[in-house]
Amino acid sequence: MENRVCYHCGDTCGKHSIYHDGKDFCCHGCKTVYSIFTENGLDQFYELEARAGSSPFENQEKYEFLDNQEIVSKLVSFNEDEIQVVELSIPTIHCSSCIWLLENLNRLHPSIINSQVDFPKKRIRVTYNLNDISLKTLVLLLGSIGYEPYISLEDYGKKAKTVDRSLLYRLGVAGFAFGNVMLLSFPEYFEVEEFWLDQYKVVFRWLMFAFSLPVVFYAAKDYYKSALSGLRSKILNIDVPIALGITILFLRSTIDIIGGWGSGFFDSLTGLVFFLLLGRFFQQKTYAFLSFERDYRSYFPIAVTRVSKEGVEENIPIHEINKGDQILIRSQEIIPVDGILQRGNAQIDYSFVTGESRPVAKTAGDILYAGGKQLTGILELAVLKPVSQSYLTQLWSNSVFDKDKSSAFQTLTDSIGKRFTIAVLTIATLATTFWLLYDASLALNVFTAVLIIACPCAIALAAPFTLGNALRIMGKQGFYLKDTKVIERLAKIDVAVFDKTGTLTTSDVGHIDYEGMELTSLEKDILKSTLRASNHPLSRSLYGLLQENDIVTLDEFHEKQGSGLESRYAERMLRVGSSSYVGTVSKDFQEDTAVYISTDEGVKGRFVLKNQYREGIAHLFSNLKKTMRLAVLSGDNAGEKETLKKMLPKGTELLFQRKPEEKLEDIKQFQENGKVLMVGDGLNDAGALAQSDVGIAVSDNINVFLPACDGIMEAAALPDLTWFIDLSKRSLGLIKACFALSLCYNIVGLYFAVTGQLQPVIAAILMPLSSISIVAFATLGTNYLARKSRRFKKLI
Amino acid sequence: MSVIYVLLTISICVAIVFFIAFLLSVRAGQYDDAYTPSVRMLFEDEVTPQSSDEVAKSNPKI
Repeated sequence: MENRVCYHCGDTCGKHSIYHDGKDFCCHGCKTVYSIFTENGLDQFYELEARAGSSPFENQEKYEFLDNQEIVSKLVSFNEDEIQVVELSIPTIHCSSCIWLLENLNRLHPSIINSQVDFPKKRIRVTYNLNDISLKTLVLLLGSIGYEPYISLEDYGKKAKTVDRSLLYRLGVAGFAFGNVMLLSFPEYFEVEEFWLDQYKVVFRWLMFAFSLPVVFYAAKDYYKSALSGLRSKILNIDVPIALGITILFLRSTIDIIGGWGSGFFDSLTGLVFFLLLGRFFQQKTYAFLSFERDYRSYFPIAVTRVSKEGVEENIPIHEINKGDQILIRSQEIIPVDGILQRGNAQIDYSFVTGESRPVAKTAGDILYAGGKQLTGILELAVLKPVSQSYLTQLWSNSVFDKDKSSAFQTLTDSIGKRFTIAVLTIATLATTFWLLYDASLALNVFTAVLIIACPCAIALAAPFTLGNALRIMGKQGFYLKDTKVIERLAKIDVAVFDKTGTLTTSDVGHIDYEGMELTSLEKDILKSTLRASNHPLSRSLYGLLQENDIVTLDEFHEKQGSGLESRYAERMLRVGSSSYVGTVSKDFQEDTAVYISTDEGVKGRFVLKNQYREGIAHLFSNLKKTMRLAVLSGDNAGEKETLKKMLPKGTELLFQRKPEEKLEDIKQFQENGKVLMVGDGLNDAGALAQSDVGIAVSDNINVFLPACDGIMEAAALPDLTWFIDLSKRSLGLIKACFALSLCYNIVGLYFAVTGQLQPVIAAILMPLSSISIVAFATLGTNYLARKSRRFKKLI
Repeated sequence: MSVIYVLLTISICVAIVFFIAFLLSVRAGQYDDAYTPSVRMLFEDEVTPQSSDEVAKSNPKI
C-alpha cells in the first residue's frame, strides 16, 4: 500500500485518511486547519516549508478559566484602553512557516493588531483590541490552528522580566575603547623621534587615558566584585590576579603619563578587558527555549473549577482552593491537589510524575494525588489538602531546592588561579627585592611590570572558550547543559544513578506477552471487536497487537468502568479486564500490568505488558561500569528486577519502590562515596536531580515539562552518555594544555619584566598574541577532540 | 600641524556616534533575539495575486 502523508502535518495518514481539495489529511483537525488557512489567504504557509503544520488540540473546556477577569489581568503584560498585550509560550513553534503564520494572525482575526514571534524562546507577543476578541478567544484561535499556548501556574502574576543586557553594554564599551586606544597609541609604538610626535603625544596620551576610564570603572567592574567576594571568603580565585593586573595597569599608566615617562599600557589594559568579556560572552550560550529551573508550578494549571454547595460552578485560581472544596477536573486536565474521588471514571496518567505512561484506574472513594492528568471524562473531587501541602508539592519545601550547586564547586580555573596568584606574588616580591638592592630606581618599575605581564588573561580565556565550545558540540548531539560549570562537574563523576521508568524504558508500551490457553481465531476476532469499542489505553495497545484479525459485529457489549468489558457474539461470551472482573485471583498482581481474558469456559489466560527498554541501555551500562559505580532507583515495584539483572552488568545496585524523598536521601548516601550523576525524567525525580552533583533530565520531547536539572538530554542521545562524559574529561585536559601554553607566554613576558625592560610595545604584542592563540587553540582543540572521539566511538 | 586637533575631534566624534548607535540598539532589544528577524526578513517579498496584476498593468508591454 502506498504510504500517504498528511499535507498539513506530515504524519502518516493510516487507514482513515481524509481526502479533501486534492490532498490527503491524517485527521479532521488537520483538514480544518488547512481550510482555515486557504480561506484566509494563508496558503503560503505550505510553500515556505512543506507539511509544517501541527495538529490542533481537541479540548476547549480547559480554557474556561480565562473568563475570569482577575486571572486574565495577571497574565497580560499590558492592559489599557481596550488594548491588551499578552506574551504566550507556544512549544509547537518549530520552523519558518510557524513564524510567518503566527505573525500574520491579523488575517485570521481583524482585532489582532500585531503579533511577534521570538523563535529561540518559542514565545509569541500579541497585541489585540478587546472590542471583538478576548484572551480566551485568542487562545482558542491559536489552539484551533495547532499552536496551543502553554499557560501554567508559573505565568500567573509574573512580573515582566527585565532582560539582563549589561554584558553587551560592557562588551560594547570595552571594544569601543580598545579600538580607539589602539589607534591612538600606534604612533608611539615606533618611537620615531619626530618633531610633531613629540609635540602632540601629550594630547594622544590623555585621550587614551580618557578612553580607558569607562573600561576600568564600568566594563571591568565585575572582576573587582568577584575578586573581593573571593578574598572575603578566603578563596584566591582567578579574578584576584585579573583585578590586581587591571588596577596596576591603570595606576602605572596614569603615573607614566603624568610624569611624562612613557605612553602607558592603556592599549593592553583595554584589550585585556575586551578579550576577557568576549570569553564571558562566548561562555554565556544558553538554550533560551529550555528552562532548567522548573518546579511543579510550571506544570500545574492556573485555575480550577470549583462547585459551590448550591451547585454553581466558578473558576478560581488554585491558590484559593481550600480543604473540603468540591472541584471539577475535566478530561486532559491536571489534578492540582490531593483529593478524594467523588464521582466519575478516573483514568489518571501519572507520566509527568513517575515517567510511567500507562494510566491508573480509580473509582469513587479512592484518593487521587496531585500531578496526574485525567484522560477522559469529568471528575468531581473533594479536596484533602491545599496545593502547597499536597503529597507531590511538599517535596519542594525541602531545602535542597534553595541550594546553589555551582557556588560550592571550585572550578579548574579557580584552583589553578590560586597557585598562579601565589607564584606571581612571590616572583614580584623577589624581583623587587633584587632590584631594590641592585638599582632602587627600577624597583617599582619591575614590580608593576611583573604584575602586568603576569595578568592571567590567557588562563582566564582558556576555560570559557574550551567549555563554551564543548557546550555547543554537546547541544548539537542532543544534550543541552545549563552552563559550562556542569561540564567540569560531569568530568568528575564517580557514581551514576538512573531512574527506571521513563528514563531507561520508553514511554510507549513495549511488547505484550500472552500467558495461558491458546485463543481460537474466532475468540481473537471477538476480542478484537470488543476492544475496538473501548477507549481504555490498555485496550488500545492490545487492539494494535491484533491487527490480523477480522472485526465482527457484536450482539451485545457492556463496559464496566474501571474493571473491564463484556461482549457476546454467536452465543459466545467474552470478558476482558482486571483479574477480579473476569473471576480469578491474581497470582502476582503487584508485579505486572496484565489484562485477563475469560469466556464461557472460564479464564483463558492473560496478556502481560512489559516495559520496553531503550536501545543501547545494556551497552551504555557496561561501558559506564568500567569507570564508575552504577545504580538504578525505581519508584515501581520489583516486577522488572529479573529483567534488569539479566540486562545490566553485575554489581549494579537495584532499588525499588523509592518515594521521591527517599530517592533524595539515596542520592545523599551515594554522595558520601563521591560525585553523583542522576539521570531521571519525572517530577518524582526532582529532589534527586537537585541533590545530585549533576542532574540530567531525559525526555523524548524536550519541549514538554521537565523537572529542574543541570542538563536536558534527548532520549535518543542517552546511549551516548559515555561519550559526553568522555568529552568533558578531554575538555578539562585541553584546558590544562592551554594553561601550559599560556604559561610559556608568561615566562617570556616575565623575562622582560624582571629584567626591567618591559616596553609598552612588547606588552601590546604579547598580550593579544597570547589571547588569540589560546582562543584558537581551545576552539580548534575541542572540535578536533569531538570529531576524533566520535569516530572512535563508531568503531566500537 | 594643528589640523591634527580637528582630525582627532572628527574621528572621535564619528566613533562616538557609532558607539551611541550600538548602545541604543542594545537598549531597543535588537540583540535579544538574533534569529527571528533573519527569517522574518525573507517574508517581506510575498507576491500576492493582486500585486502581480498591478505589476502587469504598469508594464503593459511585457
